[in-house]
Amino acid sequence: MKYGVDEHGYYGDFGGAYIPEMLYPNIEALRAQYLKVLNDDDFKAEFDQLLKDYVGRPSPLYHAKRYSEKYGANIFFKREDLNHTGSHKINNAIGQILLAERLGKKRIIAETGAGQHGVATATVCALKGLECVVYMGEIDMARQAPNVARMKMLGATVVPATSGSKTLKDATNEALRDWIGNPEDTHYIIGSAVGPYPYPEMVAKFQSIISFEAKKQLLEQTGSELPQYVLACVGGGSNAIGMFYNFLDDESVKLIAVEAAGKGVETGHSAATTSLGKEGVLHGTRTILMQTEDGQVVEPYSISAGLDYPGIGPQHAHLFKVNRAEYVSATDDEALNAGLLACQLEGIIPAIESAHALAHLEKMAFKPGDNVVICLSGRGDKDLDTYIKHFGY
Amino acid sequence: MNRLQNLFANKKSNLLSIYFTAGYPELNTTLDIAEALEQAGADFLEIGFPYSDPVADGPTIQQSSEKALENGMTLNVLFEQLQQLRERVNIPVLLMGYINPIVQYGIERFCKKAAEVGVDGVIVPDLPIYEYEKLYADTFKQNNLSNIFLVTPNTSEERIRKIDGLSNSFIYLLSSSSITGSTLNVSTSIEDYYKRIKGMELNNPTIIGFGISNNASYTKACEYANGAIVGSAFVKHLAMDDYLKNIPEFINNIRPRS
Repeated sequence: MKYGVDEHGYYGDFGGAYIPEMLYPNIEALRAQYLKVLNDDDFKAEFDQLLKDYVGRPSPLYHAKRYSEKYGANIFFKREDLNHTGSHKINNAIGQILLAERLGKKRIIAETGAGQHGVATATVCALKGLECVVYMGEIDMARQAPNVARMKMLGATVVPATSGSKTLKDATNEALRDWIGNPEDTHYIIGSAVGPYPYPEMVAKFQSIISFEAKKQLLEQTGSELPQYVLACVGGGSNAIGMFYNFLDDESVKLIAVEAAGKGVETGHSAATTSLGKEGVLHGTRTILMQTEDGQVVEPYSISAGLDYPGIGPQHAHLFKVNRAEYVSATDDEALNAGLLACQLEGIIPAIESAHALAHLEKMAFKPGDNVVICLSGRGDKDLDTYIKHFGY
Repeated sequence: MNRLQNLFANKKSNLLSIYFTAGYPELNTTLDIAEALEQAGADFLEIGFPYSDPVADGPTIQQSSEKALENGMTLNVLFEQLQQLRERVNIPVLLMGYINPIVQYGIERFCKKAAEVGVDGVIVPDLPIYEYEKLYADTFKQNNLSNIFLVTPNTSEERIRKIDGLSNSFIYLLSSSSITGSTLNVSTSIEDYYKRIKGMELNNPTIIGFGISNNASYTKACEYANGAIVGSAFVKHLAMDDYLKNIPEFINNIRPRS
């Protein structure tokens, strides 16, 4: 693949595995074994079966008629919000738990921001009867209390990350420190397309089911597997890379990634990484990240906890740099309004993360007959409080 | 030869190195601490520059880094302080920190500046071998800076040989595969690991770090390696009143003056 990874884990200038020696054996074992496991027939059969019977795949490609009318193009929603646990995160969690099982691991750790990946991980650990420890920033635990309770109900231990800014990036640091201390029995399920190689590649492969299905569904519904536009929101970028993956080599398809502008790109309260970031190294990967002149990582802001990560996955950094995908942003208000519009036009309450992708439709000009796919990465139940407060229902 | 290589050429055993985070507990005491450590008998120093996301560090060094950043420590400030380094300190000095601040400062500029103020080597825990060889090795060499690699009980023999070949001053042996500040548990397997490394007859001297906090753990480490590094225990010492005045006592507790 033209935009794929090289043998050292790089996508152009980005990626690699910038890890301390203490993590080297873990990462090396994973790198040496993951492809073999993923290509194993037994693995593939169980992965497909669980995605079908447990997750509920394939997720529908829904032709949103009233949206199409409003925007003058054929708008399709890829309904990852209908998955078990309510988002695309479960695709990767299923893949990695099957991998961990085959690597003989007994204990699973994960980081989570909004709690969606934590819930997905706790879910698959319950499914497989494995111990689960989820690191979550102390501040995020207070913001996302219902998801903390969900993880606990599913049998996970939720550990507050109290270092640094006490949010997602610090939860990731704590999970990495746990893994350094427990290399033998523990597998770390990273939730986004970030981290040291082979994580970004592995997560992308597990999420690539999104675009794999979308192509087939487009062919059935439109007569062509290639749309004119594909849109997805991007924080770390796992749903976006899954939505782009099988279209990367189809250069006629315009790929658009929508970052969270927060209160506005220039306000100092934003998570628009490609606008505000510079090249650097975070969580084991060379990528684009928000940082001070001295190289200290800056805490981003977005109303959507799933998008306020200071970096993006290395493959996204590469797609941005070589202009294969366009990186834009939507503010909190634009996303909330787009979310409400989806409720009123289509009867779908989207996650505020996904609503960022919907918001960008307002800024696009279409030709009649254009086919547009948007990844509806998650459902909005977890965000009801935020919607209700904002709109005063 | 830099000061570090000189030291190892002349002294083969019971070396003692101390780590501290620049800018902690106060912004401007970096050289005062360094000078006091030399006078108290430390053989070489590791001066840490703080980073917001230190994944290889335990709570003690994390908190010292946070406080140092709050105090306003940056690489610019540190290099400014180190302008007077060689007027006050003669022993070898290493800088230790994570790769991202170096990338932002610029690798060439960082190495030039480090050499100019009299730094002898660099420890960057999250700079792996592949990236070091491809992107950094030449610049380090041009500036006569030694790059120090870490080895853990889980590092394979093949990899240790490779690291030995890339090193030109010493190899940093981690007492356990853990983050900094954990307790050293001298179990049979750790002794086996030390013996295994000693038996490999490496070209470079070895210094043991992580979990060295008192005379017992220091003495044990010196049986198997050329010396030991104290980090978190000294950073804890810096949290006390009169930390400067009591540095000789701290050193004496680790390695009593003979």
